[in-house]
Amino acid sequence: MSEETKNDLEQANDELTAPASPKATKPAEARTLWRDAWKRLKKNKLAMVAIVWIIFIVLVALTADLWAPQWLGDPTAADSTTMTANSRLAPSLEHPFGTDTLGRDVLCRVIYGARVSLAVGLLATAISTAIGLVMGAVAAYYGGIWDTIVMRLADIFMAFPYTLFVIAMIAVLGNGIQNVFIAIGLLGWPSIARVFRSAILSVKESDYVDAARAMGASDLRIIARHIFPNSVASIVVYATMSIGGAILTESSLSFLGMGVVPPDPSWGNLISDGQTYLATQPWLMIMPGLAILSTVLAFTLLGDGLRDALDVKMKDA
Amino acid sequence: MGKYILKRVIQFIPVFLGVTLILFALENIVPGDPIKLMAGEKKLDAQTELNLRVTYHLVETDDAGNVVYDESGNPVETPLWKRYVMYVGGLVQGDLGTSYQRKGQAVSDILLSKYPYTIKLAVVAIILETIVGIGAGMISAIKRYSFWDVLVTLVTSILVAMPAFWLGMLLQLFFGVVLKNATGGGFYLPVSADFSPYAEFQGWVYYILPAVTLAAVSTAYTARIMRSQLLEVMNQDYIRTARAKGLSRRSVIWHHALKNALIPVVTYIGNDFGAMMAGAILTETVFNWPGVGNETYRAISQRDWPIVLGSVTVIVVLVMVINLIVDVSYAFLDPRIRFDNSGKEN
Repeated sequence: MSEETKNDLEQANDELTAPASPKATKPAEARTLWRDAWKRLKKNKLAMVAIVWIIFIVLVALTADLWAPQWLGDPTAADSTTMTANSRLAPSLEHPFGTDTLGRDVLCRVIYGARVSLAVGLLATAISTAIGLVMGAVAAYYGGIWDTIVMRLADIFMAFPYTLFVIAMIAVLGNGIQNVFIAIGLLGWPSIARVFRSAILSVKESDYVDAARAMGASDLRIIARHIFPNSVASIVVYATMSIGGAILTESSLSFLGMGVVPPDPSWGNLISDGQTYLATQPWLMIMPGLAILSTVLAFTLLGDGLRDALDVKMKDA
Repeated sequence: MGKYILKRVIQFIPVFLGVTLILFALENIVPGDPIKLMAGEKKLDAQTELNLRVTYHLVETDDAGNVVYDESGNPVETPLWKRYVMYVGGLVQGDLGTSYQRKGQAVSDILLSKYPYTIKLAVVAIILETIVGIGAGMISAIKRYSFWDVLVTLVTSILVAMPAFWLGMLLQLFFGVVLKNATGGGFYLPVSADFSPYAEFQGWVYYILPAVTLAAVSTAYTARIMRSQLLEVMNQDYIRTARAKGLSRRSVIWHHALKNALIPVVTYIGNDFGAMMAGAILTETVFNWPGVGNETYRAISQRDWPIVLGSVTVIVVLVMVINLIVDVSYAFLDPRIRFDNSGKEN
């Protein structure tokens, strides 16, 4: 830590003395929040490993159609002629993660499962962040009765044990991936709303907001142009961390048979399929579990790294 | 103090009404007619169907319990608001309605028969969480940057990133299969609950793996909070004063730092009791535990809404009441909260 500070200081000194150096003929690179943060993030090895892993998973998921079926076979096939011969084979070169009961390659199903998990993680977080931003902005900016209504509503949502609420909602909406997006997205907003609300409250009274208002800027413009950029760091950190949470929730739902409907694979329903063969073919449930663990861990580490790099103060855990 | 408690209780009322309203709305936007759903393949005759509708308060009755008909001779449907009032009224009296699938059984009776198992499991898990979580957090903070600190950080990061049900299955695999094979059947732990009189093990052995599974994530968070709290407290002036007086580090930690560091940890653990009730649905499914979670899961797959919503309602209300108790007792422990005029957390 102290070394980091020293480096930063040296950097700052370098830049201060920069005009004297010959390089100074070119304008110095602008020091923005994001460039500084990236510099700090690059020094965080765990966060960099996490970024590499996330990029890898995203690429694999996006390009799966181009190579996975050719190499490993159809992820959702139910071919009765080869089924018995290929059923529940142990991991081998041909099938690195083994095969499931219907003779389908487990690696291929894990790859296609990544699409579901990433889609749920990103989309559900996008939905809850969007709702949270609007709610937080309304509560903090308009205050008074609006603040009371929004914050009481947040209390109500937070009174529910999260997983249970999602389960109850899916029970009502019905199974299926789009309902998973909706349920997780709709229920995740209160924490983002609280973060944005307190971020707004801390800058709302500042002089530059007063100045903007005096110049006739509209409420929406003040929020979008002056307040949002000042709190975007904490929102980015929160959103990154909640992606992992959304992936975990989706896996729980699919495990209970309430998320992605078979034969479509998702990491949760792959574990559920593997549960039956726990004693004899444990890799059927170990492999998809490792996929969840590594991906969620990557998003958490990235979130931690961003928090340190952007210097966001957060309550623990 | 009394004022603070009163304030918290008053704040509790709109949240309670909001929560029940949401649950009631969920129950009533479920597609399909509950009576038809209940009958399934069977064809009900008109009288039986009408009786069922009366039982489930779907049609209006007069004071004597007779069905009210409109001009065209059809039974009058009970308006939604009236059903909500009846639902909350029943709730306050402990009446959660009647199961669709387990015919004639009151939801409250079914849940009452399941709750002891869930609560006992949660209590064992909370004890585990408290001992292991606080212990690991303390070691981690006291021996900061040591091997143990790194180990605790690593393990807690992994535990919060894995699905708890998967951890449960790994435990089943290791203690139920691998260990059994390795010791030639000599030593292993049961992977599935069995509380019948002819069961293979003594009752408490069945608690080990499910309790560890249920406690895992919370223990990780407890350890993290304990660590950061203790580190924060150790930085404060009164600790420095105590050290300057010549007290040993050990004595300062035990007599001065620990008590203050524990307050947020205890709050977390208290609030967590409710979350455990909810989290039990996955753990209980994996270990075939005869508790509320498993019953809720069964009810969801069989579309037995009164049980689903009954158990969700009970858990949510339980969580809210526990949180209220924790907050109020927190105010007893920490005078700063009591005297905060704004009355708002954070």
